[in-house]
Amino acid sequence: MRRLPGGTPRSREQVYRWAFVVPALVYIALFFAFPVVKNVVMGFQDYTTASFYTGEAPFVGLRNYRTIFADPQFWPSVLHTGLFTVGSIVGQFTLGLAMAVFFRRRFPLSTILRSLLLLPWLLPVIVSTALWRSLMDQDAGAINVVLKSLGVVDTGIPWLSSPSVALLSVIIVNIWIGIPFNVAILYGGLQDIPEELYEASSVDGAGPWRTFWSITWPLLRPTVTVVVLLCVIYTLRSIDIILGLTRGGPANSTQTLPTASYFQSFQQFQFGLGAATSNVLIVVAFVFALLYLRATRRSLTD
Amino acid sequence: MTRSLRARRVRSTRDAVIGVLLLVLLLFPVYWMVNLSVQSSGSNLASSLFPTEIHLDGYRAAIADQSRNLATSLIVSLSSVVLTLVIAVPAAYALAQFRLRGLNAILLILAVTQMIPGIVVANSLYSAYNDLGLLNTTVGLVAADASHSIPFAILLIRTAMQGVPPAVLEAARLDGAGLFRAFRSIAVPIARNGVITAALFSFLFTWSDFIFALTLTTTDTLRPVTLGIYTYLGADQTDWSAVMATSVLASLPAIVLLLVAQRYIAAGASGGSVK
Repeated sequence: MRRLPGGTPRSREQVYRWAFVVPALVYIALFFAFPVVKNVVMGFQDYTTASFYTGEAPFVGLRNYRTIFADPQFWPSVLHTGLFTVGSIVGQFTLGLAMAVFFRRRFPLSTILRSLLLLPWLLPVIVSTALWRSLMDQDAGAINVVLKSLGVVDTGIPWLSSPSVALLSVIIVNIWIGIPFNVAILYGGLQDIPEELYEASSVDGAGPWRTFWSITWPLLRPTVTVVVLLCVIYTLRSIDIILGLTRGGPANSTQTLPTASYFQSFQQFQFGLGAATSNVLIVVAFVFALLYLRATRRSLTD
Repeated sequence: MTRSLRARRVRSTRDAVIGVLLLVLLLFPVYWMVNLSVQSSGSNLASSLFPTEIHLDGYRAAIADQSRNLATSLIVSLSSVVLTLVIAVPAAYALAQFRLRGLNAILLILAVTQMIPGIVVANSLYSAYNDLGLLNTTVGLVAADASHSIPFAILLIRTAMQGVPPAVLEAARLDGAGLFRAFRSIAVPIARNGVITAALFSFLFTWSDFIFALTLTTTDTLRPVTLGIYTYLGADQTDWSAVMATSVLASLPAIVLLLVAQRYIAAGASGGSVK
């Protein structure tokens, strides 16, 4: 048997090498693979609290899916999930990009300002929802107080208490939470664009707008793809923002697929229905995950 | 020349002012949280721009109601950091330095795990935990919470481990160091910054956890502070000074780390697929 330096036989060395990775693989199997498989299976079962006592969860074919698709709240939840995701991404990305481009200029304090900017993203989401609930309070919240004193509105806007405004409010809060992440990643992408290109462009007399569209945007495209896809994936699955701000209300106007699944499983104890709803979410997330992997394949496995 | 220099100075001062204003605007909600936390207790939200008097009623209520929850969060978060590092550091080393079969597949799986919706994991874990008696246990909560950070930590530390020169490891092996010894005394110290960044983020991720606190704990014996705030918000009459005082206390880890460990936090934020 060939021996490696250190005196370990080669085959045993191989085993030891795998020993470094095995705990991680076991963890992933238990806390990611198993839950996904179990959730898919539960989607075909009549799984309720009774199942916990009797240990029985009869298979019911597609009944859970027929039930959720027939639920009048299902398609509105899909729509809210879509609006919440698109609205959040558009806001986070455009504001994040504008700020990243701004911070690219060199000026005093820019590094420290850029790090402090991360704060909203580092706070626990539940904390952010608590403070925005106080800001968005209809009667005494700071936003309405300011708007009223400026004469913009006569009566306070029912940010979180009106079904027609609540989803927009939830999106505004999610934009606030997501801006720092967008700035951080996009700023990183901007740093990779060679300075000479900007110098050349300025010698050619191109204005800032022209420079942005002819240099910054095309060269930033790979980073843009990654940041947008990541944010879509994280927004699709987010649940704490909505539960913290509105608990899906008022009148289900902010109910999304993850919150609907939560209520089915953990409030109505219909785990089969909750699983079916979140399986729809898995399919959607999977599509974006594939797009993300296609975009990052090379950098990931380098 | 001097004119363009002066113009540049004027421009950079103007940019700094814009930058500060931008930050003030974006962080205003955080300031407002602190401001409301020192108002007198009650459901009153009206407040002047600056606190005229400092009331500590909110903090008194927060400590009375939530100190146990804060302690729970601290214990769970620290344990989750330990679990994350024990699993992620060796794995990251192996994925960076060994030519393992199926390496690319493992890396793809790690990236995908971060995209699995938390509600899916919670839904399945609830019934599994119920069977195993792990609901309302610290061990169960820590194990689930580590899922927020393990894949992220492996990918982040792996990048740092790629900076370890294979020649140095080989030399150590030739000197008689075993596989584990080379990992512990050479690779880990070189990848130190990556390990610290991963540790700080796994603390923050677990500290912020809401979905597993909400679904895998059902009694108030084991209740992280995020769930404590959620419960506060669900009350009929919100005692805003108590909510905001608790929120300030729950924000301390993020604020402190941002101030004292800025370098690591910035590295983690731009480290790619986070959160």
